[in-house]
Amino acid sequence: MELWRKARDVVRKKIFFFILLGWVLLIIGDRVDELRVYQGAQIAMYSIALASIVLLTGYSGQVSLGNGAMMAVGGYSAALTLNNLQTPIWFAFLMAILVSALFGSLLGAAAARLSGPYLAGTTLALAVGLPAIANQFTFLGGEPGLLFDIGFPPESFGEEFTQYKWFFWIASFIALISLFITSNILQSRFGRTWRAIRGNSLAAELAGVHSSRMKVLAFTISSALAGLAGAVLAMTISLVAPGAFTLALSFALVTGAVLAGISSLPGVVLGGLILVVIPEIADAVANRFGDADKLNNYLPGLIVSVLLILSVIYTPNGPGENLRKHLRKKATH
Amino acid sequence: MSGLIVNRLNVSHGAIHALHDISFSVDPGQLAAVIGSNGAGKTTLLRTLSGLKDASSGSAQWDQREMLGVKPEDLVRRGISHVSEGKSVVPELTVKENLVLGGIWRSNKAETQESIDQVVELFPRLGERMSQSADTLSGGERQMLAIGRALVSRPKLLLLDEPSLGLAPLVIEQIFETINTFRTRMGLTVVLVEQNAMSALEIADIGVIINLGHVVAQGKASELINDPALRAAYLGY
Amino acid sequence: MQKVIETLLIGLTTGSIYALMSLAIVLVWRSTRVINFAQAGQAMFATYIGFEISSRSGVFWLGLLFAVVGGALLGAGVDYFFMRVLFKHANTGPAAVVAPVIATLGLLGLIRSVVGLTWGGEFRTIEAPASTDGYTIGSTTIPFSPLNALVIITVSLILIALAILFQRTNLGLALRASAYAPEIAKLAGIRTARTRTIGWAIAGGVGGVAGMLVSSNNFLSPYSLDLLLVFGFIAAVVGGLESMVGAVVGALVLGIGLTFILNYVGTSLVFIGGFTVLILVLLIKPDGIMAKGKGRRA
Repeated sequence: MELWRKARDVVRKKIFFFILLGWVLLIIGDRVDELRVYQGAQIAMYSIALASIVLLTGYSGQVSLGNGAMMAVGGYSAALTLNNLQTPIWFAFLMAILVSALFGSLLGAAAARLSGPYLAGTTLALAVGLPAIANQFTFLGGEPGLLFDIGFPPESFGEEFTQYKWFFWIASFIALISLFITSNILQSRFGRTWRAIRGNSLAAELAGVHSSRMKVLAFTISSALAGLAGAVLAMTISLVAPGAFTLALSFALVTGAVLAGISSLPGVVLGGLILVVIPEIADAVANRFGDADKLNNYLPGLIVSVLLILSVIYTPNGPGENLRKHLRKKATH
Repeated sequence: MSGLIVNRLNVSHGAIHALHDISFSVDPGQLAAVIGSNGAGKTTLLRTLSGLKDASSGSAQWDQREMLGVKPEDLVRRGISHVSEGKSVVPELTVKENLVLGGIWRSNKAETQESIDQVVELFPRLGERMSQSADTLSGGERQMLAIGRALVSRPKLLLLDEPSLGLAPLVIEQIFETINTFRTRMGLTVVLVEQNAMSALEIADIGVIINLGHVVAQGKASELINDPALRAAYLGY
Repeated sequence: MQKVIETLLIGLTTGSIYALMSLAIVLVWRSTRVINFAQAGQAMFATYIGFEISSRSGVFWLGLLFAVVGGALLGAGVDYFFMRVLFKHANTGPAAVVAPVIATLGLLGLIRSVVGLTWGGEFRTIEAPASTDGYTIGSTTIPFSPLNALVIITVSLILIALAILFQRTNLGLALRASAYAPEIAKLAGIRTARTRTIGWAIAGGVGGVAGMLVSSNNFLSPYSLDLLLVFGFIAAVVGGLESMVGAVVGALVLGIGLTFILNYVGTSLVFIGGFTVLILVLLIKPDGIMAKGKGRRA
């Protein structure tokens, strides 16, 4: 009974915050030009994807490069469902979640006994090989991929309401809900258990925690989130193809999460923002220096890698950690 | 004043203050037995002296040169060797390779070979097993190998951490006898950390008794053995 | 029967290149307890240097030499400037487990970007030092060419040289001791930090050779060595990360196995095959096929 009351309180507090946030986003969506709206949808998409990393790596301590692949699984599932079964859009998204959760649980089961570099290496293999796998099976559309067209916004929204705004609304809505749910999960005993496993798996076992089961659960939920993000990504580009889910994507996700604070959920929006801004910067630089092609291709990667290295070395637990340490020092003086 | 002079040494493990103001001295050629119960700080003392651990304050001098803060690999070149606890051999290497390891920092290979020959004389069992992998040795043989390796580096100061740990009484006797033999033969100064207080004090010149990180008694080994209070507390009778 | 022998020979060739990569990975793992994902990047960089030299001079072997030296210098540099800084800073909190992995991945991305910015992403070719036409025996031509033979010979020579280094020299002994028991090595007077850097340099040089061999008569691009890294890693895991012999055996087994899949099943399953092998080994015999049953510590 007590637990139920507590849960209700937390949800009540949070719901207010999220509703407010949702309202703000709606207003923004109305005032801003097309490109920014599109980027807003991207930020929303990245937020969901980064949340999956925060859960998996930040909380349960498993470094995986496979979330890009899970995004692909989600994207493809949604596209296949929509194209072949002619279901409503929300059902396609639901399938994305379920199928990637399934794959995630399989991967998690295989990975539960792995740690550190073994896990990273295995998921690296997955990330590198995914485009090859996707190219092989014709029902996945090969290299050009599959179309994922969710159609136009309802007519009742009026003429002014562009497709991209529609994407933005849907993406933000999905992001808000999933972040809300994730936040609750992370603050529940699941989140605490994951942190315990991350910190000292042996001690956790001795305290009665089934760490393998919890690890698989982390993989499952994380993959579900990633799959959802993949479906959202597919929606925004109206396409799902191997080229959208390369190793670079997995890298970018890990970077974004580390930069934003790998165990901090609120940071994912900031992380998403950074990930969207970097190509912009690269673009600007490329245009100034000419030779746009080369720079465009490799400068974002350079910036991402440098940021990743610097943040891993100097703020390994995210900038939030340093701030906390600083405040703590001040308090004890 | 040469020899080993430890002065007001303080060492901490994070927040835990493990050694408090440890002071004692060992003259060249002497064997000092450092005894005390488990957790007293004896191993910490040796690890600090050999450079594996940093001290928070105090000093330790050997041969009038400061030892603290110097890396272990540099102390070896100064003639200070540490045989850490737990039969510290490298199991993946052969007996011979373990011994060669002792002299690997030396450029003069002939000297190393000479030292190895001397060690084999002391520990004939090792000589029989030169090409065998070190993990096939018994506990006592491993301890001999560990000590042998330290001797190959021709130290002037030898730090031994609980060489008797986990060994049968007969083997312990052998080892202690051998320690006594080579230290007199080679003119070594030895700091012997032991839980086996009796055997240690019997071959020692001086004794240092440590409890919970403090030196509670020190002096001539023969006197310490006969002090009834100490006997009751640390030697058990 | 002929197809089996052909497949075996090609598999041996592929496997020997993987062997170089997996050996480099195991070397670094043993000495630093880190899987250096950036090794693919180091090998790539070294290969580009080799490409420059060999295309300008027209001599493959000169390019190989520069690739080795370049790879060695880069490997030493990464250990000295990067890894030491990393271990000093990131050793607390949840990130301590995660940091080295992410950092070497970041380094891989960094090297790849630098290479891309310098040379661009177009495919380059390195002239092979030997003919790629298959040998003709009697009236049949087998798909095994002088180039393949050269690869096997080169790798064998390198493996022999490394074996001599490790088993018969004092440097090799120091490397092994520092890897197996770093504390004992220190107490024996070995400068373990310096030794480790040398280990990284050797790994880097070996990676450079692997990159050159794989890229000769093949395409070189900032992404072309990713597969080499993946298969090298899988081979190292199969062989059990703790033994260098295991790394070689694992690589040969993997190379031969994958080539059989390639020839008898089709290209589509090669990668999946490799991935499955990895998962199977990790689940069934996580210490690798060569292990004596010791626990696996990350």
